[in-house]
Amino acid sequence: MRTSTITPPSDDKRWRIVQATMRKHGFAPDALIETLHSAQEAFGYLDDDALRYVGRSLRLPLSRVYGVATFYNLFTLKPQGEHTCVVCMGTACYIKGGPDVLKAIENAAGIRKGETTPDKKVSLLVARCLGACALAPAVVYDGVMDGHLAPDEAASRVKEWMSNGK
Amino acid sequence: MASDAVGALPDENGKQRLIVLENAGMIDPEDIESYMAVGGYATFNDVLQSMTPPEVIDQIRNSGLRGRGGAGYPAGLKWSTVGKALGAQKYVVCNGDEGDPGAFMDRSIMEADPHRVLEGMMIAAYAVGASQGYLYVRAEYPLAIKRLKHAIKQAEKHGLLGHNISGTPFSLSLQVRLGAGAFVCGEETALLASIEGRRGQPRPRPPYPAESGLWGCPTLINNVETYANVVPILREGAEWFAGIGTERSKGTKVFALSGRIARTGLIEVPMGITLREIIYDIGGGIPDGRKFKAVQTGGPSGGCIPAAHIDTPVDYESLKQVGSMMGSGGMIVMDDSSCMVDVAKYFLEFCMTESCGKCVPCRVGTAQMHGLLEKICEGEATLDDLEMLEELCDMVTNTSLCGLGQAAPNAVVTTLHFFRDEYMAHIVDKTCPAHVCPVSRKEAVQ
Repeated sequence: MRTSTITPPSDDKRWRIVQATMRKHGFAPDALIETLHSAQEAFGYLDDDALRYVGRSLRLPLSRVYGVATFYNLFTLKPQGEHTCVVCMGTACYIKGGPDVLKAIENAAGIRKGETTPDKKVSLLVARCLGACALAPAVVYDGVMDGHLAPDEAASRVKEWMSNGK
Repeated sequence: MASDAVGALPDENGKQRLIVLENAGMIDPEDIESYMAVGGYATFNDVLQSMTPPEVIDQIRNSGLRGRGGAGYPAGLKWSTVGKALGAQKYVVCNGDEGDPGAFMDRSIMEADPHRVLEGMMIAAYAVGASQGYLYVRAEYPLAIKRLKHAIKQAEKHGLLGHNISGTPFSLSLQVRLGAGAFVCGEETALLASIEGRRGQPRPRPPYPAESGLWGCPTLINNVETYANVVPILREGAEWFAGIGTERSKGTKVFALSGRIARTGLIEVPMGITLREIIYDIGGGIPDGRKFKAVQTGGPSGGCIPAAHIDTPVDYESLKQVGSMMGSGGMIVMDDSSCMVDVAKYFLEFCMTESCGKCVPCRVGTAQMHGLLEKICEGEATLDDLEMLEELCDMVTNTSLCGLGQAAPNAVVTTLHFFRDEYMAHIVDKTCPAHVCPVSRKEAVQ
């Protein structure tokens, strides 16, 4: 078990959160997923610096760190937009009009699912199931869930984000 | 989060039976005292003081409890295999990676009654001789994670976890591990790989985790709901539990009822209840004067059961007989506005994108099948394509490495079996009877 830490890539204070997670798990290699979660939570995404730093600290080859980071759906290597919109595509949402909701939002934002608008304002994501099937079709706007949405209604929030510059 | 997080749907005509959910919504899930006030941890203490591990395993075996994750493997058999396995270090693992779309039973149990899950794991650990345990939970369930972590801290404070619990030689520590969004991690060997911090890819079995699991040690791995059944079984006795349900499927099952149905939410029903009772008596039937068409059970690995089979009793064998499966307990009701070919395509797309890519039949086979289904929905497929699709169903089922690939064609197989006329309408008549697929838009243009 290791106790000392490797110097982080920058003096950004957020690295301390990542270090704390690794320390809590005794720098064990099996804490890789936990550590990537905390790095992504701190920085919003995982860049090369973060992957290299985590790999060195846990004594794992970069290939292994990169392999894990790209395998799981929740990890992203690209910065996300200011606002995020997650459309649920679980079975209940799907049969209750999820695809139409997604299409309306894609049209409103001018991007496809998984993309971020060029002005970095809105990221559009798709979830496999939010486990809120009673609200189908459901969309999560900046972490807040909304349900029973008609396509126009669902797109209006995104339009608002894009127009008022906030 | 959603209002359906806690408790079951109201039980208006006495069809439900709450065992797993008996505390859900009745106690404060963040307070151990609240759990103890309804008898929580008394069973664990009794077991620890007055039962030997083989006696505990016998109770579980005699109860007839089967794994609630979907496949329905007898829990007692699994426990005794791990109990008999040699090794100084053994693990217990709770599979809380509920990846099925349309399923939220495990989330609700973990959020509403986290101590119940822990107590089940503690008893299991004592029975099989494990001293370390992991709860693998989806990162998408932040509230469940928070409550489980909190519950573990409280249990530690009360001396229910740690070294020499209640002055006995038994020691146990539990930890929560986060998933990161991969459906395949519900498969046990993939889940174990993920706990070890690797990509969640399955490996061939045997050896089964019961003999060689986490870091090569004997590992008992059960689903959230399976562990939640342990306390009532030991509290009330194996005979009591075995008296509920059917001959081969004992106890109750929690389902997440959703889709085109009047009342959506959690239900807990004794095994053997019919789909009709669930959909009409508990779920309130189909809204908007529409016609019931099919119910999808078992998630992407399951199948669609048509209206003709609505009197099928819900138990492991009966569901398998009609081509579907129990699965973790998602139940999605569809009315005549759903196109079954489109639904099959939806599930295939899910399996295709969630395939871990390790074995070729699953990685390539599901992609080819999805391509064919897209062609059918576009109205560009021929009968040869349909034949190819059926061949691929066989191939992918029989040659894939793990349950994900082996079950991926189920959605196609059941819809082809029960709704072949809809496939033919798309291929031969170039129409979509439910007006869902692109082919129907082309038809409108002409």
